[in-house]
Amino acid sequence: MLLAEELRHSFGAVRALDDVSFSVQPGQTLAVFGPNGAGKTTLLKVLAGLIQPQHGRAQVDGGRRAIGWIGHQPQLYGQLTVRENLRFWSSLYDAQPPGDLLTRLGLEEHADRPVRALSRGLVQRVAIARALVHDPTVLLLDEPFTGLDRIAAEALSRLLARHAAAGRATVLVTHNVEEGTGLATHVAFMRAGRFVHFAPRAGRGPEQVGEDYRNAIA
Amino acid sequence: MRSPNLLRHAWAVASKDLLVEFRSRTAILSVAVFVVLVLVVFNFGRDPTAVSNLDLAPSILWVTFTFAAILALNRAFQLELENHALEGLLLAPIDRSSIYLGKLIANLVFVATIELIGVPLLALFFNVLVLPYLAPLIAVIALATVGFVAVGTLFSAMTVRTRFAELLLPVLLLPFMIPPLSWAVLATGRLLAGRPLSEIAGWLNMLAVYDIVFVTLAVMLFPATVNE
Repeated sequence: MLLAEELRHSFGAVRALDDVSFSVQPGQTLAVFGPNGAGKTTLLKVLAGLIQPQHGRAQVDGGRRAIGWIGHQPQLYGQLTVRENLRFWSSLYDAQPPGDLLTRLGLEEHADRPVRALSRGLVQRVAIARALVHDPTVLLLDEPFTGLDRIAAEALSRLLARHAAAGRATVLVTHNVEEGTGLATHVAFMRAGRFVHFAPRAGRGPEQVGEDYRNAIA
Repeated sequence: MRSPNLLRHAWAVASKDLLVEFRSRTAILSVAVFVVLVLVVFNFGRDPTAVSNLDLAPSILWVTFTFAAILALNRAFQLELENHALEGLLLAPIDRSSIYLGKLIANLVFVATIELIGVPLLALFFNVLVLPYLAPLIAVIALATVGFVAVGTLFSAMTVRTRFAELLLPVLLLPFMIPPLSWAVLATGRLLAGRPLSEIAGWLNMLAVYDIVFVTLAVMLFPATVNE
């Protein structure tokens, strides 16, 4: 479903990706943990086709149409309402937003408010809705829990669990081991552009993964 | 099947831009005030006994439109930097040329609105007749505007992620604006002087060729300018 082969990419003298290879099968969720500057966002951008790697290849079944992206920034227009934003983004995918999307994310009562008038947590929920408007089969998530309150974080976790249960793939990058572990079927630790650990989670909880992470990154 | 999708996605981008502008009205109001201010200042600053209105009006009209268009073009892709929406556009499964065409359409509507304000004000302040030559004048303005807005929209995309975008855009754009602007000034001058249409046919042809060449080039080059 998603394949990365020998990815290498540098920004000047800084090597952001150094021989990264992995695959994610349907129903799997890969959580990539790493400190700031490890190359996590670059990896997601390469997978999404936003950056052409200098070496290697990344392939997502279904191409760009199959990808849903949630990044640091919500990619929304502040002057437009929630509904107008979702209508615009779905029109680019020739899709109709799922009827219950706003309800699932608790956004129904905010649908006709401009995005700029919403709190940070609500904006992040709209960004999640934007990523799901075309019912993607592969989700690429860059620190998706940032700015979410507990209720919204739980709603996102449920959405991601449902996404995986439907046989779809997810790649999640974060520096926070606690928030990503529960969703993952596989975990990877990234340092200086390299995967220093890549394995099935195999029942490990956040504490065990956290300890493994500290040992691998140290 | 490429063309219907290209145009549909371009229209989606254009209508979104126009809706955003309609909601904020900041750019259109500031540019409209700029146009009125320039025409008023030139009106009071000129000496009608030294240079006739007919000689002065075309140059002032096009200087005003040029600077108004640069102000408009500067904001075309700035809008997409807010919340990194440009990344979302690049991620969407659309032909990247449709993003360019959408921006071009929105910019043309924006600049045309400014021109709709500027032409009657020019006629009023400079006491020049435009109604008898309205159709050919609209043709000159439309052809020249398409040309420099097409190039400006491309350069706006190229410079938006640089530190000095607002400085770089006019520096890059002005050399490309000189041919269509000079043809437009000459054609406008002849029209307002009541010269026969055959005298401006050559400039209209050159403006049309410029438009075809630069719109085609910009559509082809745009995808490469937005790659990270």
